[in-house]
Amino acid sequence: MARRPVNFTLNGSPRAAFAEEGQNLLEFLRRGVGDLTPKYGCGQGTCGACTVTVNGRTQLACLVLAETVEGAEIGTAAGLATSGTLDPLQEAFMDHFAAQCGYCTPGMLVSARALLDANPRPTREEVVEAISGNLCRCTGYEPIIAAILSVAEGRARA
Amino acid sequence: MALHRGRGFAAINYPIGMNLGGDPSQALVHSNPDGKFTVALSAIDLGQGMKSVTRQVAAETLGVPLEDVYVDTADSDTGPHDMGSFASRGTHRMGNAVIRAAEEARQVMLEAAAEELEVDAADLVTDGQGNIHVRGAPSRSITTMAAAQAAQFRQGRTIAGRGIFLIPLSEVDPDTGEMSPVTTFAHAAMLVEVEGDDETGEVAVTDMQSAYEVGRALNPRLVEQQLRGGAWMGMSHAAWETTEPYYPDRAHGPVDFNAYTLPGPGDLAPHHISVLERPAEDGPYGGKGPGEMCANPVLPAVVNAVYDAVGLRIDELPVTPEKVLRGLRAQGGAKPRRALG
Repeated sequence: MARRPVNFTLNGSPRAAFAEEGQNLLEFLRRGVGDLTPKYGCGQGTCGACTVTVNGRTQLACLVLAETVEGAEIGTAAGLATSGTLDPLQEAFMDHFAAQCGYCTPGMLVSARALLDANPRPTREEVVEAISGNLCRCTGYEPIIAAILSVAEGRARA
Repeated sequence: MALHRGRGFAAINYPIGMNLGGDPSQALVHSNPDGKFTVALSAIDLGQGMKSVTRQVAAETLGVPLEDVYVDTADSDTGPHDMGSFASRGTHRMGNAVIRAAEEARQVMLEAAAEELEVDAADLVTDGQGNIHVRGAPSRSITTMAAAQAAQFRQGRTIAGRGIFLIPLSEVDPDTGEMSPVTTFAHAAMLVEVEGDDETGEVAVTDMQSAYEVGRALNPRLVEQQLRGGAWMGMSHAAWETTEPYYPDRAHGPVDFNAYTLPGPGDLAPHHISVLERPAEDGPYGGKGPGEMCANPVLPAVVNAVYDAVGLRIDELPVTPEKVLRGLRAQGGAKPRRALG
């Protein structure tokens, strides 16, 4: 199979890796680049576990061809913590017990961070809308919504 | 065509553990030379908090800080035997096994400390902050780290403990059918309100009020987390999820998340939770398990609320719009038993 070099930015750092022909962005990030935070849930765009940002917009990595991200800025949950300091959203997820098995958590965090970057004061309805593409099997969603709202209202730490 | 509101109630007893050839869990506890402890279990933490709770139980029993305990799980090749994380048994079975293992290790730790302090081990107490001292004389003290190092490097003593908790198999009495498969139950009561649409057949849960009796809540935030998530699963089982919508006919079974529907973050009902704490006699520090029974009361409560709302008794889950519409047609329309509000 043909391989093609792809230059892109991952969480602010320039990166380059070979993409297999037809490889999707999820496999490319996990196998080719080694960022394991995007999760493989369904592989067909219905669960949201692989949510990443491409040039600031949330995308389902399993539905994006890796070759198409040439020159793009990719954001994953691995980029949320900087220099050992967690993003306030990550702190809020801990404070609100917003994870159990944790499989949906990276995708949830990416969706929530994208929402707050675009809309720092979302309503509950806007939070619900923002995570409506991310399935969670454990929490019943309420702790996740509460965690995101707590950051939105500027009180990340209880 | 109208929306109909109804209210339904259900109460359940749910057994902890199971009765398949006996129900054992084992734990091994040992100290490292730095005075910190490792608990080895073969049970798995699936996110329900089993590692957190067994860590608390071990620290409490050993008399050491929580930070000094590490729980190592889920390698059934190298760990002690366990039946597994299911049947709502984790807190109760593994917690009890950890208590027994930690008690044995604590005894050796106190003997090691006693030898260093030249006192009787029976006179020693722990302060839970990493110190062991003579009862009533806090100045006659040694740290758990110093005791562990003395055991390792001077005394040649292993600070370790083994624990097993076993509920033996209960055989069925062939004459009476009597058996005692369960030693403890958790309990729950649930009141739900639903709104049913007699045009579309859709049923929405609009409010949940619950009371759960879980023994002592060893970790209240984890208990609430289980109850909140579990009740959502119950709501999902009641009105959404099925792999075989026309069972036993396998037709139209969902094969992906497009067809296998679940309530999303926009379909939640407010859930008001009360936790009743009645410490279980044979539970670790009184704990039982909220595991599965957090989901169970929701299903009958929803079915009862649908009956209240439109007079339709649905006896196959989930309560899908199709079943509601077919049932309403058969009975000549919605027949609310009692209008809510």
